[in-house]
Amino acid sequence: MKKRLVLFIPLVLFLVMGVFLYKGLFLNPQNLDSALEGKPIPAFQLERLEDRGDLITNESLKGKVSLLNVWATWCPSCKYEHPYLMRLARQDILPIYGINYRDERAMAIRELNRQGDPYTVNIFDHDGRLGLDLGVYGAPESYLVDHNGIIRYRYAGPIDQRVWNETLFPMIEELQAAAKLDGAS
Amino acid sequence: MIPELGHLSLIIGLAFAFLLASVPLIGVARKDQYLVRYAWPLSYGMFFFIFLSVVVLGYSFAIDDFSVAYVAHHSNSELPIFFKIAAVWGGHEGSLLFWVFALSCWAAAVAFFSKGLEEVFTARVLAVLAMITIGFTLFMVLTSSPFERLFPVPMEGRDLNPMLQDVGLIFHPPMLYLGYVGFAVSFAFAIAALMGGSLDSAWARWSRPWTLAAWIFLTGGISLGSWWAYYELGWGGWWFWDPVENASFMPWLIGTALLHSVIVTEKRAAFRNWTVLLSIFAFSLSLLGTFIVRSGVLTSVHSFAADPSRGMFILLLLGLAVGGSLTLFAFRASEMKSPARFELKSKETMLLVCNILLTVACGTVLLGTLYPLLIDALNMGKISVGPPYFNAVFVPIVLVLFVFMGIGPNIRWKKSKPGELKAKLLVPAIIATVAGVAAPFLADGQFNIWVMMGVGTATWVTASTFRAALDITKDKDGSFSLARMGRSQLGMIIAHLGIAVSVVGGTMVSNYSIEKSVRMGPGISQELAGYTFNYIETKNVVGPNYTAQQGQVEVTKDGEFVALLRPDRRQYNVRTMDMTEAGIDWGLFRDLYITMGDPLSRTQFAVRLNYKPFVRWLWFGSIFMMVGGVFAASDKRYRTKKVTEASKADAKKAKLATA
Amino acid sequence: MNKLIFKFLGMILLSMTLISSAFATPVDTYEFKSVDKQKRALELAHSLRCPQCQNQNLIDSNSPVAQDLRLEVYQMVDAGKADDEIIEFMTSRYGEFVLYKPRMEAKTYALWLGPVALLLFGLLIGFFFIRKQRITEVDEQELSAEDQKELDKLLKRADK
Repeated sequence: MKKRLVLFIPLVLFLVMGVFLYKGLFLNPQNLDSALEGKPIPAFQLERLEDRGDLITNESLKGKVSLLNVWATWCPSCKYEHPYLMRLARQDILPIYGINYRDERAMAIRELNRQGDPYTVNIFDHDGRLGLDLGVYGAPESYLVDHNGIIRYRYAGPIDQRVWNETLFPMIEELQAAAKLDGAS
Repeated sequence: MIPELGHLSLIIGLAFAFLLASVPLIGVARKDQYLVRYAWPLSYGMFFFIFLSVVVLGYSFAIDDFSVAYVAHHSNSELPIFFKIAAVWGGHEGSLLFWVFALSCWAAAVAFFSKGLEEVFTARVLAVLAMITIGFTLFMVLTSSPFERLFPVPMEGRDLNPMLQDVGLIFHPPMLYLGYVGFAVSFAFAIAALMGGSLDSAWARWSRPWTLAAWIFLTGGISLGSWWAYYELGWGGWWFWDPVENASFMPWLIGTALLHSVIVTEKRAAFRNWTVLLSIFAFSLSLLGTFIVRSGVLTSVHSFAADPSRGMFILLLLGLAVGGSLTLFAFRASEMKSPARFELKSKETMLLVCNILLTVACGTVLLGTLYPLLIDALNMGKISVGPPYFNAVFVPIVLVLFVFMGIGPNIRWKKSKPGELKAKLLVPAIIATVAGVAAPFLADGQFNIWVMMGVGTATWVTASTFRAALDITKDKDGSFSLARMGRSQLGMIIAHLGIAVSVVGGTMVSNYSIEKSVRMGPGISQELAGYTFNYIETKNVVGPNYTAQQGQVEVTKDGEFVALLRPDRRQYNVRTMDMTEAGIDWGLFRDLYITMGDPLSRTQFAVRLNYKPFVRWLWFGSIFMMVGGVFAASDKRYRTKKVTEASKADAKKAKLATA
Repeated sequence: MNKLIFKFLGMILLSMTLISSAFATPVDTYEFKSVDKQKRALELAHSLRCPQCQNQNLIDSNSPVAQDLRLEVYQMVDAGKADDEIIEFMTSRYGEFVLYKPRMEAKTYALWLGPVALLLFGLLIGFFFIRKQRITEVDEQELSAEDQKELDKLLKRADK
């Protein structure tokens, strides 16, 4: 009988593998967690999109829970996402900082003039250096940043109602509550 | 109307499969020979109707029937006709249809060529094949029918992915599928043997030519794929350890182990359970490959559009087929002790070690391929496992394997004579050591351990294989006669030499390739590896469904003309996709390989020049392996006909081996 | 199920942004300070994965991010940075995911030691199998004769 049991080993191994394959079906191998979660926004000093003279640094983004949105005019999903960002901006839940990523200044400004501008401030990252330090791998990407300037979450892909309701908004509420507590103490 | 006929014929094929999976087995249970014999006509019927539906799909492509969604997504009226035909298996649905078609081909072939076998046994084999057919045909009919209509009918098709518009891709998938699916036959033989409870030499003998045939196709499919990647993707690489490549490589490794283990089962009635298990594994890994390619659980360059619901269905099929067969194995595997005895120094031991090493190599590839999934499923983050890992763990294992590969053909069954091995193998060992140590110094004057090992083991395999051939052909009185060598021995020798040839190719191209990326334009010339590349001009070329900028590069060596290379950059009209097509001058000992990059100015381009020594040897080696396989499969032992019909059987076997 | 479909649609949208002309081979005409540095840089870039692509290394992919990272690797190598520093630079931004050769750490022990364990296990089983079958005494004559008869019978039927 003990010998028989040995013959079951391949079956058991296969079943274990099957469980993992099954779990694998519900995972998205493309969906990467940011390596910067829990870390501060990388130091930078970049021009404002609309104004060459106005320099923005990582310090400028501290103080409030904010959303950092990486976008470009060459990116079709950003156009898809844009109307939703406009809606968010009107609701005024949190400041949305834009990072105009590897783009042309004139084109970006024209795009915002035509489609509306949801951004509190737009950072012009022409050569993608800030994007590289942030670990951006494609636009659009959005980073949730807490009031201390620490990156809490990265979402890769266009934001829509579902992502907002299911993921982003609950986290924002939590972070804002924490910020309030911090401010009170 | 016509596409519906295709769909209908697929459903009729499915109905035949249902009958084939049940009627003969009922017949066996009731000991009713009449019912058992239904297996044959049912197999042919199943084959016929599935074949018909492939023809209908091909016809829809040929007449540009864009009302069929699959045709609209994978073809275009301007696509050349041979690519239209190849588009039949260019997408998920069509390739699945082809998969099922390949399976029904194998079933029909088994029915046709196994008349000499035990009737009940063959009926069981056919029934098992029908069960697999049912699974995949259901999958197709329920989730991915290639005959689905599109409304409104588009005026024009979306065109075949330009990457797939290539000769290599016309033949690569059919070969690969025939190989993948071919292991279903060895699988069915093993299951039939388990059902009947007779794991004997006869079963091994019957199974072996089919295993060989599947192995030949898989070898061909894999090497065509690697050849295609080499010249079409424009990187000059030939193996990337991508999950999809691994998915085809794992069944090959296990299939190779199976080929060797089945020899022991046939000749010495040993390793029976092991042979059964390998038969199950080989096909299971083929199914796993299908799952990986179509479910999107792993990220790959080559996979079809990912769809979790498809993945679920294939996983279900995988679970049923593999889980079912392994359960059957656990309950029915032979507990009988093998009567054969052998010593530590014997051919059996060598084949056992070869089996263990091949299985471990396959296990390693499996581990590396699935590990990222494992870590992700355990919520431990995302990691990647790529070429550096596989090279580091796989290469040492196969190097050890090559050492045993040299001994195997030279050692006796049961027990080697004392001193004999040393007498036979001393000379090959010396030659191999000298060649291995000398190779890196001859190549570039620097010591390189990988070149030493690669060339050394390849020489070792070659020399010892020749030694074995010598002993087989030599009579006791010292005269030589090729007639003394059986076809399967000849096949073994050719295939082993093929491995050596491929190893030399792989070693040299991995260690001595030279590349250089430069700015080139009219009048600019560059030097690489002793060749002068002279950029003459850029031509504009218009293809059937693309336009291209083509560089004209003249290559000279010591002032003598070598070749005119024409790398180009193509813009495909329909999919607005850019493709680079490499310009290659191939030679026995080196390839010159040029790719055009982005334009740097109005007349100049970034151009990559590559010098690739011995790269062709990789594929020459696999041709050797396939030829060896054909010889082995056509050995006299496997002919089932009477002697008087020998010539007829010969022809049939030859057909089988090349079909 | 619904969720899956959404995810799927999302992936399609995402892939539209990412894979525009992903199949043209990138060629950079970066001039290295020396051949050795070029060799090292290429090797390193080959072993780093492009974070946005379908399983391609930095050299083979022509996506913008791969191009940036590739250039970064070239410049860092040229500036005399060690491999470890460059790898640290990459992983601190893009995570462990970009390493084609995972680091040896707790969660990859099974990956790196697995093959060795498999090999030892396999050889051990093989060794015991051979030893056991050598010492087990079986009445070889009788059994193999029976086997032979059975085999002859089957094969005779096959020859008919």
